[in-house]
Amino acid sequence: MAIGSRVVQWWTILRISLEERLVYRADFALGTLMRFMPIITQILLIRAVFESSGRERIAGFTNNDVVAYYLMVLISRAFSSMPTLASGIAMEIREGDVKRYLVQPVDMIGFLLLKRIAWKLIYYTVALGPFALVFYLCRGFFPGWPDAVTMTAYVTSLLLAFLIGFFLEALIGMIGFWFLEVSSLLFIYMLLNFILSGHMFPLDFLQQFPIVQTLFTSLPFQYLAYFPAAVFLGKISGPDLVYGLIIQASWAVAFFVACRLAYALGVRHYSGYGG
Amino acid sequence: MAVIKIQDLAKTYRVYQKREGLAASVRGLFRRQHRMVEAVRGISLTVDEGQFVAFLGPNGAGKTTTLKMLSGVVNPTSGTAEVMGYVPWERQHAYRRRFALVMGQKNQLWWDLPAVESFRLHQQIYGIEPTAFARTQGELVELLDIGSLIHQPVRELSLGERMKMELVTALLHRPKVLFLDEPTIGLDVVAQHSIRAFLKDYQTKQRVTVLLTSHYMKDVLALCERVVVIAKGQIMYDGSLAGITGKFGGHKIVTFKFSDKAHADVASRGEVLSCEGPRLRLRIDRAAVTGVLGDVLAAYDVEDVSVEDPPLEEVIAEVFASAPNAGGPAESDPAPVEAVER
Repeated sequence: MAIGSRVVQWWTILRISLEERLVYRADFALGTLMRFMPIITQILLIRAVFESSGRERIAGFTNNDVVAYYLMVLISRAFSSMPTLASGIAMEIREGDVKRYLVQPVDMIGFLLLKRIAWKLIYYTVALGPFALVFYLCRGFFPGWPDAVTMTAYVTSLLLAFLIGFFLEALIGMIGFWFLEVSSLLFIYMLLNFILSGHMFPLDFLQQFPIVQTLFTSLPFQYLAYFPAAVFLGKISGPDLVYGLIIQASWAVAFFVACRLAYALGVRHYSGYGG
Repeated sequence: MAVIKIQDLAKTYRVYQKREGLAASVRGLFRRQHRMVEAVRGISLTVDEGQFVAFLGPNGAGKTTTLKMLSGVVNPTSGTAEVMGYVPWERQHAYRRRFALVMGQKNQLWWDLPAVESFRLHQQIYGIEPTAFARTQGELVELLDIGSLIHQPVRELSLGERMKMELVTALLHRPKVLFLDEPTIGLDVVAQHSIRAFLKDYQTKQRVTVLLTSHYMKDVLALCERVVVIAKGQIMYDGSLAGITGKFGGHKIVTFKFSDKAHADVASRGEVLSCEGPRLRLRIDRAAVTGVLGDVLAAYDVEDVSVEDPPLEEVIAEVFASAPNAGGPAESDPAPVEAVER
């Protein structure tokens, strides 16, 4: 297929996914806005932790640094989290809807990727206002804007976080070809993700436990939340930043390959359930 | 020219066996028993271009599994198949652009959007030229009389209307081969008739090769020149619809109307299907019909007599029932071919 036709095809998938996402506008807007509610409680919790510890710094982080980190993690998660992706794929396999990708000249993974991009675009559009307001009100927690190089690295790391998140969750969904139900597996993944990605606390807090820190930073999870936030806040720079981006890109490629492989094997194993 | 060539095609599924009760569920956590189910047992078939072929068979006979293999949804366990020169389970895009699969119980439309959006997406997925797309969509929409519905969200359409939209979507790229899996299932008689009339008209004009599975004999009678009866994964009959009665209908239905009353000794010449006043309806062995007619007409005053073939459904049910079990059970048979524990 010519490049021009392919672009038109991608645009059509993207456009229809956007339209579909906008059908239930009230539910979508409410769901998006409600995600901002925990921010206030989290900021108060961080302050309480610092006050009760009686320390000004924990692993080099001040109270303001931790709040800034927490807010940046929210942005990382807005890119890397993929609600309903894995469970949706498993459900399509279980109920037989996956057949449409097997009989039509369309690539399932590419189709779902475009659909997810559309969902994310809508989410960012709706969330932009509330995000801007929160960051404006919390501007005092930040040291200032990073330089152009850091900003470029940050945007790159966010896009890679999106790709890792997408291919990792799609891979979990593909397991449905063998086990049909992946909800428990997904629960374990989300639990691990919450702890290991740095969503709960900055991974620098583990400095006192070098073995645990090595374990955490050897896994791909940190690239879903911690790494982009740490890049923006200038915690990672110079050769470490380049090395980090290379490793992050390698994880994205590894999950892309694993996802494609799982799909190819899964389709061979598929029994065409669900009528 | 043969468009579909199937040789010794077989599909065996490995199916988990869950016994009843909580204790069995707990045991199942550690040790599971599976059995192998032969859904299709080495069928061979050739379909020529432009034929409309019905796949008849009871639930679990292997009809849908065969369609799934021919459309590349599942891989076969053994055997070969070629559709328009393509091996279906290689899933080449070139093949996918030349056939369509419509399943009565599944839809490929975007539920929350008008069908016209699904048509548009289909156009892009299949790379249909804009002018050809507009022409085909216009033709199909007109034939099915759904012009006022294509801008309405799919979720607000009736089952019959949704099936019409499905058919439009499936035919937009003008497939040469069409697999229809129970396209009229669950539809009311009006919608069934409308879909049937459309399919008949479309197939006649376009000379598309169609493989249809349906439990509705009216679909088959109206549409198909050739019938393949499949039961327990094997082909039991392949030929014309009328030929089934000749081959498998071992009896005829004979109705006598006597001038006075029905006579007991006549009733004893066959199986009584009904007896109302002077009218007696009997099922009689095909070979004995001539003799019985001669005797009765000679001995009694008969006002009217008719000899009919039994209803097609009845004959086909007999064909299904006569499917041999040799070689192990198929989908509809619960006995395991081979128990596998894991």
